[in-house]
Amino acid sequence: MADLFDLLIGKEGDKDYKKKPVIVQGITGKFGSLHTQQMLAYGTNIVAGVTPGKGGQKFDGVPIYENMQEAVNATGAKISIIFVPAKFFLAAAVEALEAGIKLLIAIPEHVPVKDALTIVELSKKKDAIVVGPNTPGVIIPGIIKIGIMPASPFKPGRIAVLSRSGTLMYEVSHNLSLANFGQSICFGIGGDPINGAPLIQAFDTIRNGANIDGVVVVGEIGGDAEEMLAQHIIDTKFDKPVVAYIAGRAAPKEKRMGHAGAIIYGTYGSAESKVSMYAKANVPVAKRPAEVPMLLAGKLKGRNK
Amino acid sequence: MRLLEYQAKSLFADYGIPIPQGLTSTTIEQGRKDAAQLGFPFVIKAQMAVGGRGKAGAIQKCHNADELELKYPEIMQKIVKGEKTRAILLEKMADIKKELYLSLFLNRSKRCYTIIASAEGGVEIESVKNQIIREVGLGDVDAKTAEQVGNEMGLKDKALGQFVTILQKLSKITIEKEAELAEINPLAILKDDTVIALDGKVIIDDNSMFRHDELRKFQEVSELEERAEKSGFSLVELDGNIAVVGNGAGLVMSTLDMLSDNGGKPACFLDVGGGATTDTVYEALTLISKMKKVRGILVNLYGGIVKTTTVATAFIKAYDNKLIDVPVFARMSGAEADKSKEMLKGSRTKMFDTIEEAINAAVIEVNKNG
Repeated sequence: MADLFDLLIGKEGDKDYKKKPVIVQGITGKFGSLHTQQMLAYGTNIVAGVTPGKGGQKFDGVPIYENMQEAVNATGAKISIIFVPAKFFLAAAVEALEAGIKLLIAIPEHVPVKDALTIVELSKKKDAIVVGPNTPGVIIPGIIKIGIMPASPFKPGRIAVLSRSGTLMYEVSHNLSLANFGQSICFGIGGDPINGAPLIQAFDTIRNGANIDGVVVVGEIGGDAEEMLAQHIIDTKFDKPVVAYIAGRAAPKEKRMGHAGAIIYGTYGSAESKVSMYAKANVPVAKRPAEVPMLLAGKLKGRNK
Repeated sequence: MRLLEYQAKSLFADYGIPIPQGLTSTTIEQGRKDAAQLGFPFVIKAQMAVGGRGKAGAIQKCHNADELELKYPEIMQKIVKGEKTRAILLEKMADIKKELYLSLFLNRSKRCYTIIASAEGGVEIESVKNQIIREVGLGDVDAKTAEQVGNEMGLKDKALGQFVTILQKLSKITIEKEAELAEINPLAILKDDTVIALDGKVIIDDNSMFRHDELRKFQEVSELEERAEKSGFSLVELDGNIAVVGNGAGLVMSTLDMLSDNGGKPACFLDVGGGATTDTVYEALTLISKMKKVRGILVNLYGGIVKTTTVATAFIKAYDNKLIDVPVFARMSGAEADKSKEMLKGSRTKMFDTIEEAINAAVIEVNKNG
């Protein structure tokens, strides 16, 4: 699989080191234009936008192309972020992957499962990483922001945050930053039942990062991604501190709690099941977001003895 | 969207999966007519979106008109695990030789559809023994795979042939209707070796509904939930008395957990969503004002793209219009939080620096007022 840090930052000596080019699909839409401005303000190197019918125009100095192939040919970008309504997502994502995009950030919410599965299959063939759908995106604080997250909760550091929820990613990172735990990367898995990069795969893309002292996993009810990750941590003997948080302990069964993926059937997807698997993997689970940095400090201290 | 049994069965019938003869009603008047048409005896089955109906007495046999008069109203009023009866299905009894289990479901961690089948059905999936499990990609089941599954279940001759057909039809429903789950439990082999679906559970992917106008007739959402959906936020009504409002599903769930940990009882889960405006938040408060049991509102906002002032403005408008008359306990962090605090000074919204403090105050105040 493609290396995430290599795609996002590159290697020292690359002429675009820490300035990797990014294309915005749907750059002239309401959300696309707003977030393009915010990403530019953060320093993300946005080199092109795509909006059919507006090729040749510019948005905030960024050239707009008719389609992804033209945009990729003109810029050589390997990263794209999609802002289109859910019903147009499949076509946009296929276009991106066919044009050679290797890291696709899929922002739209309400993408049908069938379309997400189709993109998962295609991304495997193309050896590309798909983040989302229904993700806030990915940020390496201080270097690159590809997503809709506000800048304020994040600060550079050495903790990796993986999150199935957007606002909880902000909330937990904010708490970490306050406690002086900056972040090496914050990765939004997405709130849907089918993820381009599920928790376990996201974990594998960051686990060997040289700049990581510990990992925080922000989960929620629904599915068994946390259970699988816990088993994976045991099986692969991952030895850096991991701390978790799980939202939805008080949620009723069989009700979709905002996210399409946040639903419990029987015991499948319940918080209890996740907490007990984490216990086996020696991963403490915080009761509230503010407890995450305390548990992390405890784990790091234990390790340094 | 979870279809009720009779709705799932009508899909089965459309695709040629055999089901027992049955009629659905919501009044005893119609029930009497249905009974006359079907002829006694039959089974009275509560139509509700929950498992375990049999044990709860929401499915009962009916042998004559006197029993119908007694049992129809009783079952119409059943509540099982919080779910009310929404309709009554009267269905002819079947001469059962053996009960099987069969489902196709979206396997989230494997990211593909998966068949589960067993020769020991008729109990809830957690207790189904000797499960045969097959991954089938995007849901397509070819005849060979279906036959292998049937063979492993020990099916033979006529029953095997019918099982293969049914599994392939179930696969067609799953793909064409974009179901996350299509389950037949029990799938029964009758005394004459015909195979028939005695129950049906189908869950449709809500996000695919824009491609399925034909399924809209099955959609049953409360008026409040429907209005919430129109405004782009998620609402789940709960049993307690403190409305929980925030931005982002995870953050609101987290707030619900902390409130419950501290002895508070959430009245609803309301996520105003990433695209919230002053108008949509005002609409959210309008919906909350319609929930009679609400004694307080707990707000947890992480202002980012949605600025906290957007929400504060909606609250001020709601006070001005006397829309809300219960106390509000709010924690607003992030974009323009200080400005929001200033705006709400002197109003009935109490602002707190942390969500923990807001929750403590809300629980104390609401309990004090009963």
